[in-house]
Amino acid sequence: MEDLTEVYNELIMEHSMNSYNKKELKNADYSEMGHNPNCGDEIKLQMKLDGNVIKDMAFVGHGCAISQASTSIMIDTLKGKTLDEAKEIIKTFIGMIKREITDEKELEKLEDAIAFKNVSNMPARVKCALLAWHTIEKMLEKKDENNGK
Amino acid sequence: MNIEDIRKDFPILENRKIAYLDNGATTQKPLPVLERIDEFYKKYNANVHRGAYSLSVVASEMYENVRAKIAKFVNARFPEEIIFSKNATESLNLIAYSYGLENLKKDDEIVISIMEHHSNLVPWQKVSKVTGSKLNYMYINNNFEIADEEIETKITDKTKIVGITHVSNALGTINNIEKIVKYAHKKGAVVVVDAAQSIPHMKIDVQKLDADFLVFSGHKMLAPLGIGVLYGKREILNKMNPFIMGGDMIEYVYEQETTFAPLPNKFEAGTQNIEGVIGLDAAIDYIEKIGYDKIQEIEKNLTLYARNKLSKLDFIELYLTPNEENHSSVISFNIKGVHPHDVASILDGEGVCVRSRKPLRTTSYEISWNRFNM
Repeated sequence: MEDLTEVYNELIMEHSMNSYNKKELKNADYSEMGHNPNCGDEIKLQMKLDGNVIKDMAFVGHGCAISQASTSIMIDTLKGKTLDEAKEIIKTFIGMIKREITDEKELEKLEDAIAFKNVSNMPARVKCALLAWHTIEKMLEKKDENNGK
Repeated sequence: MNIEDIRKDFPILENRKIAYLDNGATTQKPLPVLERIDEFYKKYNANVHRGAYSLSVVASEMYENVRAKIAKFVNARFPEEIIFSKNATESLNLIAYSYGLENLKKDDEIVISIMEHHSNLVPWQKVSKVTGSKLNYMYINNNFEIADEEIETKITDKTKIVGITHVSNALGTINNIEKIVKYAHKKGAVVVVDAAQSIPHMKIDVQKLDADFLVFSGHKMLAPLGIGVLYGKREILNKMNPFIMGGDMIEYVYEQETTFAPLPNKFEAGTQNIEGVIGLDAAIDYIEKIGYDKIQEIEKNLTLYARNKLSKLDFIELYLTPNEENHSSVISFNIKGVHPHDVASILDGEGVCVRSRKPLRTTSYEISWNRFNM
């Protein structure tokens, strides 16, 4: 029960119900689809770069409160970061949810996204929290492949 | 037997404050089923139809006795009309591959309902693609039922196979199988009935339904996982080719050719799930001990109670037929504005196990229950 009330907190509810990040991004440089076939959750994530910095990001799609809020909060966290910083944050978030990273100091770089820490105790919901993060991981991998990096 | 007595038979519920309402996905197993499996391994384990030693002979007898018992349980004419499979899904695939692929031609039609489980839908897509036949759907009306008119419009002279679920796993609607079978037979089609969601709750009589094929899973009716049944009319099964090849389903094997064993072995290649068969035997005993009348009485009370309580909550949308006599014990509902997975997580926090899903392309989710939940 404690995990539940901590997961469905104000921040997460706000981002899931009415996110300002939920919109089409005009002139996006990159776009990637994310899908959890078992539950039907689906997002389209879009990103605009300014050199090496994530200038803007947005998403459209549908799904449960956890998947939608996780996407929106991820966008808040990653906007304005360099691609290398973003990759580090993505790795840390996935590590936190999979309980591979527990060090508080290390988790600080997640900013608001640390709100999902308790999802690591709810195995049935892990895939909801990770949907957006796996989607951007895939987007960046594809980008690196195309750049021959 | 009252509900408290029945609950005591389920070790998983012991000292646990949970309401297990996901019986549509799988049921919990009562002690007599678990004990029978334990006893089988301790006293009787051997492969069937193989050894000339007494242990194997006894195991074979036990295995064949269950077949005869299931034939009686569903009122089949002959034991060899009962084929053991892995589950309803495998039974349906057997029909699709061994009957559908070999009998359908271009421009023939397959008709299924929009409320079918994926297991009675995806195999027919395959048959349709390979044979060039057309896959058509019977849709539901505002009462979440298939109207007579829909049956008579969709099943035509070109229809060769009709696939229909007896009870919908998403809506709890009880379909009028006898009516569909009658009409389909008039048009010359064979009918495949998915009884996975009905046989745990109501008496099945394959002769009364006059179904050509009928399938179900053991694990949804208190038996172990991994055992299922295919019933087929003997004259149809006899004409069909085997689905899976291997040991035990053969008569003579030459280097380039094989002749196949007669029914039912023709469809039971390889070592079978003997433990599952023995467990299914015990599950049928358990159901018969309580009796379908009593099961229906308990379920009806629970279902009416739930319909009544849920319909008073204005934040809930119910997806069920208003005709109580056409409704089994599955209840699908939607909490407006809340995603079903969030609802399921929150209910889980209160010890209530429900299924969350998106049936029929509407966001909703179902509770389904069975005789031992409260």
